[in-house]
Amino acid sequence: MGELKLMKGNEALAEAAIRAGADAYFGYPITPQSEVIEYLMAEKPWERTGMVVLQAESEVAAINMVYGAAGAGKKVMTSSSSPGISLKQEGLSYIAGSELPCVYANVVRGGPGLGTIQPSQADYFQSTKGGGHGDYRQIVLAPASVQEMSDFVKLGFELAFKYRIAVLILSDGVIGQMMEKVELFDPIPRMTDEEITAKYPWATTGKKKGTQRRIITSLDLDSHKMEEHNHHLQEKYRIISENEVRYELIDCDDAEYIFVAYGSSARIAQKAVQLARAKGIKAGLFRLISLFPFPGKEMAALCKKGVKGWLAVEMSAGQMVEDVMLSVKGCAKVGHFGRYGGIVHSPEEVLHAMEEKIIGE
Amino acid sequence: MSTVTLEDIIKPENLVYKKTDLMTDKSLSYCPGCGHGTAHRITMEVLEELGLDEITIGVAPVGCSVLAYEFMNIDMTQAAHGRAPAVATGIKRVWPEKIVFTYQGDGDLAAIGTAETIHACNRGEKIVIIFVNNGIYGMTGGQMAPTTLPGMKSSTSPYGREVEMMGNPLKITELVAQLPGTYFVTRQAVHTPAAVRKAKKAIKKAFENQRDKKPGLSFVEIVSNCNSGWKMTPTDANKWMEDNMFPFYPLGDIKTDGQLLK
Repeated sequence: MGELKLMKGNEALAEAAIRAGADAYFGYPITPQSEVIEYLMAEKPWERTGMVVLQAESEVAAINMVYGAAGAGKKVMTSSSSPGISLKQEGLSYIAGSELPCVYANVVRGGPGLGTIQPSQADYFQSTKGGGHGDYRQIVLAPASVQEMSDFVKLGFELAFKYRIAVLILSDGVIGQMMEKVELFDPIPRMTDEEITAKYPWATTGKKKGTQRRIITSLDLDSHKMEEHNHHLQEKYRIISENEVRYELIDCDDAEYIFVAYGSSARIAQKAVQLARAKGIKAGLFRLISLFPFPGKEMAALCKKGVKGWLAVEMSAGQMVEDVMLSVKGCAKVGHFGRYGGIVHSPEEVLHAMEEKIIGE
Repeated sequence: MSTVTLEDIIKPENLVYKKTDLMTDKSLSYCPGCGHGTAHRITMEVLEELGLDEITIGVAPVGCSVLAYEFMNIDMTQAAHGRAPAVATGIKRVWPEKIVFTYQGDGDLAAIGTAETIHACNRGEKIVIIFVNNGIYGMTGGQMAPTTLPGMKSSTSPYGREVEMMGNPLKITELVAQLPGTYFVTRQAVHTPAAVRKAKKAIKKAFENQRDKKPGLSFVEIVSNCNSGWKMTPTDANKWMEDNMFPFYPLGDIKTDGQLLK
């Protein structure tokens, strides 16, 4: 069993970065995720593992530091919260275009604009549909516990390097700020410079005489070549969609009414399932873990087993619900419930919404 | 009198100059008369002469020199507009034993990338910045740059730069020289053989500083022409540059060994 600790989600994320063998973290303070860089600066991982930690002048600079270091084959990470994540979108688009691996976290707060510092899930569209310019996707993992804030850093780096893609840990102010017991995984040593040079031939580490030079770029002025590159990217996203779907079913075996939720909304919806069952309603929870790829096929298959209705529960005005509708394709009724702008819904209101919007009609 | 043929001339014993292997054979995309080609060449010659090419990673900007990686035969990363100093910071911080440099134009470095430039300089990142200042946005077709001179015409200041409306040109090189993080700051040109020799010496010093782990960033500005953007012949553009750019952007060292020169 790994080391047990009581930690904030943001701290678990930071500790996991050190343990995952990250080479660097570049960040900029923003509520509610400043504990990530605060923890790292206090922990001094440069003494523990040699990991670099740097506070950048902006979120824009931080993601471009990630871009440079990732292009040079290193395991790098950043994190921010919604307004800061918007600033990173240019860099993320370049990372997608030049196919670089990295992990970053968004501890989501209410928006739009400067919004509020309270929890929200209103960045779903930005996270799953691209975010920056161009046709691209990124892997999106949604932790619902402090444990998963830690576990998904390790998993995120594995996936990032497997597919040369950005992996987003889409958290929120609840998961980032709350304290829970977490079992920390055993530290993975950082790769040596020699290992990196041998394992990642695409990385810019200095061109040896007589070898091909490495260029990290997203530019090709020949539009036919750019279309080919886009085909390649789309094929990669298809392979990811087939192989990296992650979700959890809770009480779904006999369920007639299913809540769909991720992150802290999934925790609330799980309580709503208990309340529903106590009232004799056969309710279940489809907890999304990967938001891209979206477990649409699995949702459709489950729907055909006699599900009468779905309720998408998310702290937004209705974003994930669109993917639920596209997935079940009219097989059963789909509704949405969510508080937003920084308000967290209660299990009672979630159950009430199911009764009113789905069961009642 | 016998006729001298090409075969008589092209012999190893007659070789007086050879293109560095660190420049690729690809034709430069720059306009005839532009200073970028020379600036590229002397940068690559310096890396070759110092034997640093196998551990060097260059960062290309957005602008005319966006395709620098097509011509420089070394490992390179192409950065988003203005972000090259942040990208270079990321590389240098995780590979401190490598040599890292950026190659940027005036729009990239002194407008959209001002924050990245100032902060990389202020942190004293152990990198080299090569800054080519031709007072105009060349790539997009001759728009006003942060370094466009007062009264100077461009496609977005067609009646000349009106300082009251459009602001003053930014002497960013003097500005970064004030920061404790810069170790070597100099302004050079590449329009005459003598200027090229001086500029190459300055670039060499910048890379030696990084190689020798001197405490701070080395910043080399090259005041250059843009005959296409300025709508002049190459020779007229060089003359105009001497008469107008050099008085505003005087050539020479501004800071050496971490000390500002009087």
